[in-house]
Amino acid sequence: MIRLHQLTKRYGRFTAVDKIDLAVPSGELFGFLGPNGAGKTTTFRMIAGILRPTSGTVEVGGIDINRRPLEAKARLGFIPDRPFVYDKLTGAEFLRFAAALYGQQGPTVEHRIDELLELFDLSRWKNELTESYSHGMRQKLIISGALVHRPEVIVVDEPMVGLDPRSARLLKDLFRQFVDRGGTVLMSTHTLEVAETMCDRIAIVHGGKIVASGNMSELQEQTSSEDLGLEDVFLKLTGGMRDHQLDTILDA
Amino acid sequence: MSRSLPVQPRLWTLLTPKWRSALVRSREEHTDSRARFLLLGFIGLLFWVAVFGIAFRVLRYFRSVEEIGNLMAGKVLGVILLAFLTILLLSNIITALSTFFLAKDLDLLVAAPVGGVRFYLAKLAETVVHSSWMVALLALPIFTAYGIVYKGGFLYPFVALAAFIPYLILPAVAGTALTLFLVNVFPARRTRELLGLIATGAVVIVLVSLRFLRPEQLAQPEGFRNLVDYLAVLRTPTSSFLPSEWTASMVMNWLLRVADPWPVAKLWGAAAVAVALGAALHGRLYALGFSKAQEGAERKVRRPLRGPLSRMLRSLPPSRREFILKDLRLFFRDNTQWSQLILLAVLLMVYLFNIRSLPLHSGERVPFRLVTMISFLNLGLAGFVLAAVAARFVFPAISLEGRQMWLLRSSPLDPKAMLWSKYWLGTIPLLVLALLITIFTNWLLHVSGFMMVVAVSTIVLYTLAVSALALSFGALYPQFGTENAAQIPTSFGGLVYMMSGLCLLALIIVLEAGPVTDYLRDQRYAEQPMGITAGLVGTGALVVLICLAATIVSLRLGLKRIEMMEW
Repeated sequence: MIRLHQLTKRYGRFTAVDKIDLAVPSGELFGFLGPNGAGKTTTFRMIAGILRPTSGTVEVGGIDINRRPLEAKARLGFIPDRPFVYDKLTGAEFLRFAAALYGQQGPTVEHRIDELLELFDLSRWKNELTESYSHGMRQKLIISGALVHRPEVIVVDEPMVGLDPRSARLLKDLFRQFVDRGGTVLMSTHTLEVAETMCDRIAIVHGGKIVASGNMSELQEQTSSEDLGLEDVFLKLTGGMRDHQLDTILDA
Repeated sequence: MSRSLPVQPRLWTLLTPKWRSALVRSREEHTDSRARFLLLGFIGLLFWVAVFGIAFRVLRYFRSVEEIGNLMAGKVLGVILLAFLTILLLSNIITALSTFFLAKDLDLLVAAPVGGVRFYLAKLAETVVHSSWMVALLALPIFTAYGIVYKGGFLYPFVALAAFIPYLILPAVAGTALTLFLVNVFPARRTRELLGLIATGAVVIVLVSLRFLRPEQLAQPEGFRNLVDYLAVLRTPTSSFLPSEWTASMVMNWLLRVADPWPVAKLWGAAAVAVALGAALHGRLYALGFSKAQEGAERKVRRPLRGPLSRMLRSLPPSRREFILKDLRLFFRDNTQWSQLILLAVLLMVYLFNIRSLPLHSGERVPFRLVTMISFLNLGLAGFVLAAVAARFVFPAISLEGRQMWLLRSSPLDPKAMLWSKYWLGTIPLLVLALLITIFTNWLLHVSGFMMVVAVSTIVLYTLAVSALALSFGALYPQFGTENAAQIPTSFGGLVYMMSGLCLLALIIVLEAGPVTDYLRDQRYAEQPMGITAGLVGTGALVVLICLAATIVSLRLGLKRIEMMEW
């Protein structure tokens, strides 16, 4: 499970994340939505231990990541929004390295690497340098890297970007089965249809704060928009582009 | 729908993102840590004062020597500028590869309707600044010393600047043109990597040929048949077709009140023609070259580095072992990194050649003081070579993790384990190199057993410290955004590291030189030698303490910085 308590991140006078409280229990797929610059990636990077919070706490599997970072991180699989990998390593070498960072090695890991590469259609590229991989292939490789050590919790930032429809579908099924087996997934996405169909609960973040959270009907209730879908609820909470603004831009 | 051509942006507009970013970065660094800023200022000032002091003393001596003195001052300036020119050429080739072919802003600029000449001038300006700032900083105290000793007057700074600007432009144009040409000539695949190799090769040839000109002959007038021959050599320009000679002539003409417009005309005329030709070449070759340079991805693996090496590291925990293997693979598979080993080999060759050509054992009687001085000078040279090698291979270690740091920081890898792996991976080869060159050169110098022990133990301690300094400064001034590994050591942090490393080396040598020379003299000339004195032991202990402190403090600072890193 993931628990955030009064989590805050300030850059000088700018507050990127403002006293966020959140609890995602085991067996839940939680969607973290918000417009660009809302503070989603900053929150995720604090959960992964890459950024230090200005104040507040992050617990992964009941362990405070800033007090006992190595133990907390051992339970986590982090998938960032941009798939940066070592260009001069092959796909298999990258996964072997990722597993080793979690203290895992040997035939079990080799078998797991083969399984993951097979699952994501990368077997044919296993021994080729990642610099020749496309964006989508790199994305699939870092997803494999987050799964190679069998984490309890997955934190994933924009997983669908760059994936073909087949891989996107595979990933949805994978996350669903992962939580059905007791895992926890915290996911951010701009594809609201994906969030609506996949997530058990959703939080909408705006200006660094959670402005609404709950399941779909709770969100509708909180925004007094019972008949609206997630997209309309989202735009109602975060503000959408007005028609006259579009006219101005396109007519110019 | 027909459209008229858009108005071209001003050159300044194209450069705005660059200078604004630099400004913001420097402001952030200033406010981030005032202590670091002050330390930096102190080290920089110390280094400048040292360079100025040496230049000032040498020039004042030259000035006191009738006739030959002024010629020597001009000659020395020409040689210094020639050496800088070689550095500038290499630096410009490496930088032009980044600014013209790899930079992140290129997709935006190439896709925009910006004219070729403006694009070229903007990128050339960027190349000049990136590749030349370090040389400019080094040249400043030297030019200042010339101005003061020869009483250049209040207009002298402007004259020096007018001589220096075209001197910087010319190698930038040449480096850029060479890069452009090579990108077009070689097959698209791996062009980027081949280019690094070829650039290194070109500079190696220049360095070796410069060394074999044997400039030390100038310091040995007795080698010439008579004074007239010696004066003739001094009066003849070393390289009359190179801008270094024109710049030296322009500066010396001003200082010696000689009215000769030719060097000015040659410098500025050549710079103008070179920029015009460079722009024309750019117009013809850039579009194809840029397109080709984007296709450089390699698929097949060379040097898989499993098997024996992996077995050798078997006793290490998996995270450390794979971390070391990963670093080795990245190093040997990236031609821009390992090709720098060629530069190292040349540096070593020139160094050994220098030691071998010393006339210490040519049969002539050489004073004892000179032999001891040369032993310490050798220690200094070995230390300099090691500091330079650490700058190339240890300093970039943290920066090279770059954008992949998300993986390391989100994993349970202990930052201490990462630092230790990187430290020993850099230090062990450095120690082997240190021992090889120190033992070999001291053997060439026929030093005593005691001096050999002093040299070997000092160089081991210094290597441990300088490697820690390189790693720590690399962590304090990381270059995560760089596309070109060869550029990392030429950053601001690289310069600060080099200055710190050389200050430490100077301190060690200054501390050791006196007591060790006294001991050696005592052993050689005293009827009843005193043997090892308390002073000597104390000095040794102080050097050990300083080196260990530099090692431990540096590594601790580096670790703290890695732990605090955010991105």
